[in-house]
Amino acid sequence: MSPIRTMTVNMGPQHPSTHGVLRLVLELDGEVVVKCIPHIGYLHTGIEKGLESKRFQQGIPLTDRMDYLAPLSNNLALVLAIEKALGIVPPERGQTIRVLLTELTRIKSHLVWLGTHAMDIGAMSVFLYCFREREAILDLYEAASGQRMMSSFFRVGGLAADLPPGFEERVQAFLETFPARLAEYEALLTKNPLWRQRTVGIGAISREDAIAMALSGPSLRACGVSYDVRKAHPYSGYERYQFEVPLGKVGDVYDRYMVRMAEMYQSHRIAAQALARLAPGPINVADPKLVPPPKPLLKSSMEALIHHFKLYSEGFHVPAGEVYQPIEAPKGELGAYLVSDGGTRPYRVHFRAPSFVNLQALQKMVEGRLVADVVAVIGSLDIVLGEIDR
Amino acid sequence: MGEGETRTESQAEVQTEGLVLQRLREQFGQALLEIKTWRNETTVVLAPQDLVRICRFLRDDPGLAFDFLSDVTGVDRLMLPEPSPRFEVVYHVYSLQYRRRIRLKVRVDNGQAVPTVTDLWPTANWHEREVYDLLGVTFEGHPDLRRILTPDDWEGHPLRKDYPVEASPKWWEEEPA
Repeated sequence: MSPIRTMTVNMGPQHPSTHGVLRLVLELDGEVVVKCIPHIGYLHTGIEKGLESKRFQQGIPLTDRMDYLAPLSNNLALVLAIEKALGIVPPERGQTIRVLLTELTRIKSHLVWLGTHAMDIGAMSVFLYCFREREAILDLYEAASGQRMMSSFFRVGGLAADLPPGFEERVQAFLETFPARLAEYEALLTKNPLWRQRTVGIGAISREDAIAMALSGPSLRACGVSYDVRKAHPYSGYERYQFEVPLGKVGDVYDRYMVRMAEMYQSHRIAAQALARLAPGPINVADPKLVPPPKPLLKSSMEALIHHFKLYSEGFHVPAGEVYQPIEAPKGELGAYLVSDGGTRPYRVHFRAPSFVNLQALQKMVEGRLVADVVAVIGSLDIVLGEIDR
Repeated sequence: MGEGETRTESQAEVQTEGLVLQRLREQFGQALLEIKTWRNETTVVLAPQDLVRICRFLRDDPGLAFDFLSDVTGVDRLMLPEPSPRFEVVYHVYSLQYRRRIRLKVRVDNGQAVPTVTDLWPTANWHEREVYDLLGVTFEGHPDLRRILTPDDWEGHPLRKDYPVEASPKWWEEEPA
């Protein structure tokens, strides 16, 4: 027998199943992974550093580029943190629109996960179906904000604009067709023996390990830990919505699949409730120091002109202090830690990126298993490198 | 603040925060250098040498059970009114059982190390590497303290306040046009 038993293989960073630019150095004994060392940072863009030199309102578009599959969730984390430091809460309608749009974002993000995850394991057609539904949500994004992906729609104190006419009917039409479509995907996968062979019992992590590694989101709930920020620490009025937190049991790839599928039904439920709650009213806080005045007013009101000028030249001051605002993003607990020195720019912003933390558990899940399982496990963790590297 | 409703202080939250602080005061007293509550969030500043034993107590005490380390990050205090000690390492610890969060901080000067908490919460591994990479704070006892986001041969620590926002690395500048 040769003295060399293992072989080191580089997987990524340009490997389609690594969902971006993740590089894994795998030490293999035959087809079994002996050691897995992830290398990240290929997409580091210095978002946290960049935010320090931008005024509070200006930083919002940067956050879109973290988890680019769920831009509005990133917006929400930063905006809520700034609002918490300011001590303001947007009015009812603004909050309801935020909930509606972030739940659509969750569906959109989960659809990309499902499509790519299934394609990684060899079920090509699911990908095409998922992108059909995602397209419908992107159209809604475009209708509301003018942008399909990097919408930057949320603002400190509320939203960039009110919903356009006819938007509610379009959301309604989407919500009516969506459950049947979701059932189609489930019919393709849930009981499919090939799918089950590739996912059941693969990449399992125990409840204790998951907590020690601070997994969050569907990856944590697949282990049976009921922690959802929307329930534990409701924000944007989530305490007023009826929904369940789907849980798994053994925490394998299949459980993570089941939890996310169930979550899409729950998001659909929340979105429908949000739509029903939408009543006419203001979308922004009525503070001219924070929210720009309506454009026509600039021509008739000197005060409005001054506020407008101050807001876009100097910005607004946030009281000195620090806050940590977690939200339940599609990938897990997305926390925005904001330090303000009382100025018009954040002194320090840090994002607790759920993909960053979840990816760290990969090593534990794949060592001792086959190379082919690595692909299944990465897919099931639902990582986005834009958020990991920031 | 205009017509938007202001945040109401949740009485229950304030009480539970008080409970954690009370337990900490009983147990450690003088070791809690500074306690601050702002916007319903409690921050406790500790000396680096007390960090691990207090974290262990927070994690293992059945009445506290802070089993979930949400986040570790750092702040360069160079431009703050009190710039010394220069760095602050910030821990957000959470209890899944009691749904409580507390923020712990240690302050160190340039070149001074912070004890690692990877033995208590393995998730701290990558977080501490990130703080080391971007701020240059070292962690004593860390199993694998390497840069994580920037390349291994990167010079400087980008999140330091004296690191320019628009700086290009040397190899980039030297490359012929």
